[in-house]
Amino acid sequence: MTPTWVRLTELAAAVLFILALKGLSSPKTARRGNLLGALGAGIATVVVFFYGQSFYSGPIKHLPAILIALAVGSIIGWIAAKRVQMTQMPQMVALFNGVGGGAAAVVSVIEFLSSTTHESVAPLTATVFTVLVGSVSFSGSILTFMKLQELMTSRPVVLPAGRYITSLAALATVASAVLLVVHSSNTLLYALLGLSLLMGLLLVLPVGGADVPIVISLLNAFTGLSVAASGYVLGNTLLIVAGTLVGASGTLLTRMMAAAMGRPLTNTLFGAFTAKAVTSSGSSEDRPVKSASPDDVAIMLSYARKVIIVPGYGLAVAQAQNTIRELVELLSAKGIAVDYAIHPVAGRMPGHMNVLLAEANVPYDQLKEMDEINPEFPEADVALVVGANDVVNPAARNDKSAPIYGMPILNVDQAQQVIFLKRSMRPGFAGIENELLFDQKTSLLFGDAKESLTKVVNAVKGL
Amino acid sequence: MDAISLLTIFILSIFVGIEVVSKVSAVLHTPLMSGANAIHGVVLVGAIVVTGKANNNIELALGLSAIVLAAINMVGGFVVTDRMLEMFKPKPAKKDEA
Repeated sequence: MTPTWVRLTELAAAVLFILALKGLSSPKTARRGNLLGALGAGIATVVVFFYGQSFYSGPIKHLPAILIALAVGSIIGWIAAKRVQMTQMPQMVALFNGVGGGAAAVVSVIEFLSSTTHESVAPLTATVFTVLVGSVSFSGSILTFMKLQELMTSRPVVLPAGRYITSLAALATVASAVLLVVHSSNTLLYALLGLSLLMGLLLVLPVGGADVPIVISLLNAFTGLSVAASGYVLGNTLLIVAGTLVGASGTLLTRMMAAAMGRPLTNTLFGAFTAKAVTSSGSSEDRPVKSASPDDVAIMLSYARKVIIVPGYGLAVAQAQNTIRELVELLSAKGIAVDYAIHPVAGRMPGHMNVLLAEANVPYDQLKEMDEINPEFPEADVALVVGANDVVNPAARNDKSAPIYGMPILNVDQAQQVIFLKRSMRPGFAGIENELLFDQKTSLLFGDAKESLTKVVNAVKGL
Repeated sequence: MDAISLLTIFILSIFVGIEVVSKVSAVLHTPLMSGANAIHGVVLVGAIVVTGKANNNIELALGLSAIVLAAINMVGGFVVTDRMLEMFKPKPAKKDEA
């Protein structure tokens, strides 16, 4: 039997996980919450070495190898987490999630291979569930990572007859899963493993652009559930509690994110199959746009009474957060009212932009959320859009065929004047043309966001 | 433990999981996702259990790789979440200075 104190310590770890999630839902307690979670996980990891006869028929085997593997994984995780730039946070989370799902799948595979008798249906079902969902999460997360890291196109990829391929693969996966429960065999297990990995890819391929973060959150919930199922296989209550907590909270979080995008989850996942080809009235090259010099921008900003800044991912990639803060401080010193308008999915994940601006010490009270700032746009003399595109694209309101149709946007088009700082005329992450760029009241300043902003800052100083 | 007890734990955990995050502010979506992501890294416990009773080299190799993957998930997850949240912290102090 497992000693009582071990089981009580596991209970303590489970409580710590609940407190961790609770803490993470409020800004004041978030950091402490995360540390409580880490404490719980640490305790659980130490205690597992003291398990009794319920798991090991003798003393724990391969102890040195286990400790080495533990150290290797911890060091890799630590270094990756310390080195990653804040802009690359979404793909890092996707990757961590993927390896977790992979680990859960492998645990169940080993448990299946090592047990000689498979007479009981319930544990077998749990095993099959872990392998299936863990593998989907693994391959799906890796593909998400590649999309965000731009190792492949971030656009939705729709295979010819993709809908049928996906349906067929799904059927085959479910069939092999059911067969495996009824008639357990190693061959079937490998077939299920392969099919599940394929399903993960097929599920994520058609998802593109701003929808990718929602998929990360969904896969996160998936991994949670597969961990819970692996806990059932092993008879470990801590894994059941931790996995289920993440599965349930992750599902809710995914729905909240989808709601922030103004579209149901099914639309996020399968929208690409039904969306028509992107429409654009006239190609971008032959349509005139109004470009402005840094001096023009400086003058427009300096003689405004109210300026709203819309930061986007382009600002973050250019590492221009500090430069924009400098510009805002200069303008505020002139008595101009300046606010930042933060779209819920600005950056590449909900809340990502808040993290990025917090990194540059932008005061919290200047960051206004979409619902708060939208009524203020008509009063703004200038809206300065830095490296954002999709979140201000009126097509989300007007163009029913646009893939982002229905997503709430920042009403930049209602400001008196609009300035875009952009690298090029290339469309945004979602890959659609922005009509606002061609509007009469819009001026464009092309170039790297940081260089452009530095020039504007100098021009404002020189006025 | 019998199946019904495990099922009870499972069902109750669903309700707790939904309840604890139901009031999260949009600002914290990313850190919360990342923190929850780290929590499911405790699959490491399961990986250590199966590796500790591995009977042959295939099981051992698979088990060790699961330990490495799970440890990356757990340690990396908590560290990266802490880095994100670290940036939310100094704000009130900064405001007082200004």
